Amino acid sequence: MSISDWFKAREARRYTSAKGAPARGADLPDGVWVTCDSCKRIVYDGQLAENFRVCPSCGHHFDLTAHQRVELLADPGSFTEFDAGVTSTDPLGFVAAKPYVTSLASARERSGLPEAVVCGRATIGGHPVVLGAMDFRFIGASMGSAVGEKVTRTFEVALAERRAVVLSTASGGARMQEGMLSLMQMAKTSAAARRLAEERLPYLSVLTNPTMGGVTASFAVLADVILAEPGALVGFAGPRVIEQTIKQHLPKGFQTSEFLLEHGMVDEVVPRGQLPARVTLLLDYLVRGGEVA
Amino acid sequence: MKRRHVMDFERPLVELEDKLAELRSLDLAQNPELASEVESLAAQIDVLREETYASLSPWERVQVSRHPDRPKTQDYVAAICTDVIELHGDRTFGDDEAILAALATIDGHRVAVLGHRKGKNTSENIARNFGMVHPEGFRKAMRVMRLAEKFGLPLVTFIDTPGAYPGIEAEERGQAWAIAESLSLLSGLRVPVVAVGIGEGGSGGALAIGFGDRLIMLENAYYSVISPEACASILHKDAGKAAEVASCLSMTATDLVGLGIADEVLPEPAGGAHRAPEEVFGAVRARVATALRELGSVGSDELQERRYARLRAIGVIGSDEG
Ligand SMILES: [Zn+2]
Repeated sequence: MSISDWFKAREARRYTSAKGAPARGADLPDGVWVTCDSCKRIVYDGQLAENFRVCPSCGHHFDLTAHQRVELLADPGSFTEFDAGVTSTDPLGFVAAKPYVTSLASARERSGLPEAVVCGRATIGGHPVVLGAMDFRFIGASMGSAVGEKVTRTFEVALAERRAVVLSTASGGARMQEGMLSLMQMAKTSAAARRLAEERLPYLSVLTNPTMGGVTASFAVLADVILAEPGALVGFAGPRVIEQTIKQHLPKGFQTSEFLLEHGMVDEVVPRGQLPARVTLLLDYLVRGGEVA
Repeated sequence: MKRRHVMDFERPLVELEDKLAELRSLDLAQNPELASEVESLAAQIDVLREETYASLSPWERVQVSRHPDRPKTQDYVAAICTDVIELHGDRTFGDDEAILAALATIDGHRVAVLGHRKGKNTSENIARNFGMVHPEGFRKAMRVMRLAEKFGLPLVTFIDTPGAYPGIEAEERGQAWAIAESLSLLSGLRVPVVAVGIGEGGSGGALAIGFGDRLIMLENAYYSVISPEACASILHKDAGKAAEVASCLSMTATDLVGLGIADEVLPEPAGGAHRAPEEVFGAVRARVATALRELGSVGSDELQERRYARLRAIGVIGSDEG
């Protein structure tokens, strides 16, 4: 199955019974229609699926799930997930507004995922990698103990098996419901990334919308080459926090991928459709230390 | 005269203490009855002081940790270090005064010192951005970490920041990148690292220089993934619920020991470190010196393995599939 077929099939399942479809779509006999968040145009969902869920009118990149990310990047059929059973508990008995256990349960139900990151072995352009993808639907893909553990194991498996690491990031930051255990995952994942780097195994990250806070300020930006999807919001402090602190509005485009490129923080802004080829070429360069196969 | 900073929860105590001080300033030689009343008031105050400070709530500890008179990094350096040479600048952009970097000697140990530096008055606080670090501050810290490693000097860090600065320029210059690189560097540093939580441990900005082979926490210091105010405004849409949230975040020194993140809690004088700073300096000097001695005998490969294992063990996870 090609990537676009897969998206089509998946989206068909997801949207056939979608409620709140745009009124115009309801009048039309065939297909499902969605409104682009950015240009507000109504887009035929099949067309969106063929276009890697990028708006054909304005180029807006719709969110992808972790499994869609894997499907986008991994060679077809090459992905084998590991550590799917590593999940969050509620170590602090955290209750503020609502219990953490309730948030976890609804995140699992909504996303169909046990945690906010999916990790596994795969090949990309034939290169053996460990591939991880974060899923924003799961408590904003925040990093608690389980995400930190899975990301750490991603680096450790790669180190043990001499694989490259490719991580597709998305996150609101550290998971506050696990308190300091979450903050420390920043140090833990950074330490694991460093060990991989010391063995000269390549690590590529793809920053997607949004990647913020403790995930940006740890493993996400420790990659050898950092790619970002167009228009993604990436940074440390959230825009609202900054606005409240400095008491002024932020310039247009602040903390976008393009802004980061301009400020020297990422290597390249790569439209989604070109990501698999770009990652493959980068691995071609880095995996064998420049040796042409 | 400098206005004293009184925390809400200690106000009744402080008012009585003031009254007592006033009474004691009187000449009571001619009035033995009043003198004995004064002594009984003093005894009552001792009991009240004990009660007020015996079991502070996490939110009350946050107030203590932010007390303007609380000893700052520069006070610790002045009190426990000799032969201090302050180092400046990141060699790329500037010198962020919110980070203090120095070569210093503690109890005969030659070390590199890093700490978040708050000011003691408004003008100092403006210059030091209230201890909120910009990327160049973390890069200055990294420069000194590398220096320490190169010349085999152990690193001692003092943690006291509300957090890394959230501003336009900080983002433009790569705040997240600077923190991440600092975490990476610190995690693999081939010299002993002793971190001391002396006040506020605000999130990533604290962590960037705030972990190592030992983490010693002062009793009223906190260390948190997010400030209680910010957490309350996100989860409750009400920053006023900070006190409630502070109790959920496991952010006190004792909590950190329980979670396997900190090694020990250093007791503070009743009311907080600012009440008797010399006592606290002495205790910190002794504990840091002990840690340096213990770590000094560990080889650098072993040190690295232990530090990784220490980080590796942090976290609580479940397992869905047996
Ligand atoms: Zn559009």
